[in-house]
Amino acid sequence: MANSLGLKVLPVTTTSPEEEARVAAWIDTQEYREKNFARQALVVNPVHACQPLGAELCAHGFEGTLPFVHGSQGCASYYRSTLSRHFREPAPAVSDAMTEDGAVFGGQANLHEGLENAVALYKPKMLAIFTSCMPEVIGDDLTAFIRNARSKNLVPRDLPTPYANTPSFKGTHVTGYDNMLAAILQTLTEGKKVEGRCTGKLNFIPGFDANTGNYRDYKRIFEAFGIPATVLADISETFDSPNDGTYRLYPGGTSLVEAGDSVNGKATLTVGPHATAKTFAWIKEQYAGKHAALPMPMGIARTDEFLLKLSELFDRPVPDVLKAERGRAVDAMTDAQQYMHGKKFAVYGDPDQLLGYVSFLLEMGAVPWHVLCSRGSKKLEKELQALLDASAYGKGCQIWMNRDLWHLRSLVMTDPVDAVIGDTHGKFLARDARIPLFRFGFPVFDRVNKHRSPIIGYQGAINMLTEICNKFIDLKDDTCEERFFEMMR
Amino acid sequence: MADEVVKLVKKVDGITREATQEMIDEALVAYPEKGRKKRAPHLAPNDPSACSTCVKSNRKTVPGVMSARGCAYAGAKGVVWGPIRDMAHISHGPVGCGWYSWGTRRNLMSGKNGVTQFAMQMTSDFQEKDIVYGGDKKLATLLTETRELFPLAKGISVLSECPVGLIGDDINSVARKMSAELDLPVVPCSCEGFRGVSQSLGHHISNDTIRDYVIGTREFTEPAGPHDVALIGDYNIGGDVWAAKALLAEIGLNVKATWTGDGELDRIAATHQVKLNLIHCYRSMNYMCRVMEEKYGIPWLEFNFFGPTKIRESLRAIAARFDDQIKENVERVIARRDLEMQKVVDEYRPRLEGKRVMLYVGGLRPRHTVGAYEDLGMVVIGAGYEFAHADDYDRTMPELPDATVIYDDASEHELEHFVQKLKPDLIGSGIKEKYLFQKMGLPFRQMHSWDYSGPYHAYQGFPVFARDVDLAVNSPTWKLVKSPF
Repeated sequence: MANSLGLKVLPVTTTSPEEEARVAAWIDTQEYREKNFARQALVVNPVHACQPLGAELCAHGFEGTLPFVHGSQGCASYYRSTLSRHFREPAPAVSDAMTEDGAVFGGQANLHEGLENAVALYKPKMLAIFTSCMPEVIGDDLTAFIRNARSKNLVPRDLPTPYANTPSFKGTHVTGYDNMLAAILQTLTEGKKVEGRCTGKLNFIPGFDANTGNYRDYKRIFEAFGIPATVLADISETFDSPNDGTYRLYPGGTSLVEAGDSVNGKATLTVGPHATAKTFAWIKEQYAGKHAALPMPMGIARTDEFLLKLSELFDRPVPDVLKAERGRAVDAMTDAQQYMHGKKFAVYGDPDQLLGYVSFLLEMGAVPWHVLCSRGSKKLEKELQALLDASAYGKGCQIWMNRDLWHLRSLVMTDPVDAVIGDTHGKFLARDARIPLFRFGFPVFDRVNKHRSPIIGYQGAINMLTEICNKFIDLKDDTCEERFFEMMR
Repeated sequence: MADEVVKLVKKVDGITREATQEMIDEALVAYPEKGRKKRAPHLAPNDPSACSTCVKSNRKTVPGVMSARGCAYAGAKGVVWGPIRDMAHISHGPVGCGWYSWGTRRNLMSGKNGVTQFAMQMTSDFQEKDIVYGGDKKLATLLTETRELFPLAKGISVLSECPVGLIGDDINSVARKMSAELDLPVVPCSCEGFRGVSQSLGHHISNDTIRDYVIGTREFTEPAGPHDVALIGDYNIGGDVWAAKALLAEIGLNVKATWTGDGELDRIAATHQVKLNLIHCYRSMNYMCRVMEEKYGIPWLEFNFFGPTKIRESLRAIAARFDDQIKENVERVIARRDLEMQKVVDEYRPRLEGKRVMLYVGGLRPRHTVGAYEDLGMVVIGAGYEFAHADDYDRTMPELPDATVIYDDASEHELEHFVQKLKPDLIGSGIKEKYLFQKMGLPFRQMHSWDYSGPYHAYQGFPVFARDVDLAVNSPTWKLVKSPF
């Protein structure tokens, strides 16, 4: 008997336990690592997702904003599910459900019908439109489509409809965040620049940051300084909304009026220089006031730099409460440094966070032995190298650019470390290497409330080191011989 | 016997066709005229005797309404192909689709990750140049690399994402050439997300590729037996396959292959040698059951392993296809297990009696789980599917009480309205719906993924299901939602 394609018929085979054991041992070897690193085309367990995911996260950061996916409906479901799994919060967004006929006729009809329905059903204050693959491949002209929708009065005249091209075959979720943020700010600030006006405010740009605790801590720091701030793309309420028995479709986000007025700000500061490169370049040309780009404030030195910059921009002293907080963080670090000193880590993540992890680890006397980014620029590589070069604990550490978590598995199996810092996706390699994984990144699908615990600022340093040190101590308690099991650690 | 039981029309206090229709009309008011016209036929009060004529299904999603639907790729990767544990599944195209569907369905697998099972995100990670110049060459290289790095993979599936179909790549010829070169099954599956109206077409396309590339290409080495069956349409969510397989073994059947939860390619390929196909999720795999029936004369039987009542009915229906030995086994197993299940019911039913449930899921669950809720004394007062067809509604309407609301491809606006009106005690739906309803202070269980629990199938599953429903409905945390100030 032959198959319909004439394929040959073979006996059912079963992999023997010996064969499984042989290959299981082989994939841990140096020989396998070399083969693995010779890969040219296959990507296995990448850290990065695609642009529209970041665009959706950004859109959720604005008041009354409905993210609108121009493309297949399945794309929207994937982004929404991902965000809901990470935050354990609703992530309402619509798509215009393009199908096969879109390939022939283009997506304008879907977009127009979708706009009309979305406005009627979900009454947004802003529709943030972005694209998935299909319209990008067939070359839909969003500019024309939206102009046509407006001329047909399909959306209310005063409803902002920023749009961004976010092709999934270019960049990552971080790029999509940047593209959407630029588009939203360009739309909202249009015609809002007033010569001589100054809001007196700080425009603060966190970048692709899926930790709502970070946002709350940034705002706490601004308050301590007495600096009025507009957080551009503030997801903290959207993705950490209270449960009081009422579902709110739009529970938070940056006020659109404030975002529009941000163009007249006293200063604009981004702490996501990699995540918001495009937005910030445009801001530098368009926005009034001073402009500054700083690394994400993780660890002591970067938080110091952050506070000094705020102090400089607003001519205010660093408040006592933050000075005391610094002291407490340093106290926590000196008290706990013995549990991290010399420990080797593999770290991976998005560029801004990655730089933060490395900086923090070096401050603790820990060793960021493997530093991996699955999509990163030459600039990032240089910055990482400079960090490593500036510390005795960076000696011998290696940077792995444009590599994935299957590469990282080979690295930790052949050149072992004590722990991994990353996101949930690293759990398989951490388990294989029998080392802990610290989930400071995005997404976290398998632990609760990680997104509520800040990792920026002095408090963030305390949070990170507490989690890391206690885990190492737990491990010792769980695995040491009985005679070494003792009261104190 | 089960099939001789006369179906009684169930009624629910306070739910009438008029009231349900009024609720539907209210939900439709918010739509623009065109949208309203399109959505209206998908919503109806249940008429258990009229079956699928109540609601329209399997139509294009209305743009902009916030549908919960996925795409054809999701149906192929997430449902049919992805769970086959000993194949490498390549998400062919940009990085996202494979990343989002990486480990997010809970189709558990035996074996060792990266060695004998491949619950991983393997992708060609298309870049702009691949869109411009095509990805066929990259695909060929990637297949070679996959073979080399994962030598125990029994085959490779190539699951196309949107751009692949749009730029005119020829994955079929690449797969054919590389299959010969690598001496390994390479299955091209053109499941681009823009095809069809939901994940459902992805199931169908995947079934078709199994028909064309897989079935009949392997033969079992052991002699065929009279009790050889295949378990079809069980995806091993939270270990469902293992629970179902254990029960089938307990009644004396020999499960030769599982489709596709914890599935093995060779065994799936040899399924044309079994005596009977037992299908749980009709929607996603009826196609291959029909193919095997027509081509190889293998009969198939739908069954339901949710809750003791349906399990009992199903076991007897299965036994009716076999000899007296199996029939005896079934009665013995039922007698013993009924006692155990009664203990479960005795524990949970007093806390759940009369509680009302609304379901919005996919596949088979809006109908198949109804009996399990009823075993716990609960009543289903609304049900709908993301991607059903008319034949699913034919099977659903008789299971549900008269006049309960039926919603096909519901929008979030509609679901929210129905829930506000009906105030159920429990909602069973997906991750995208979960937190919306929990914010309203309503108990919720994810009924695609078993909310990170399971298994729910068979006798092993029911106590877990009962516990989970109870913990959701009766959690003291819901009482904290209302603040005193």
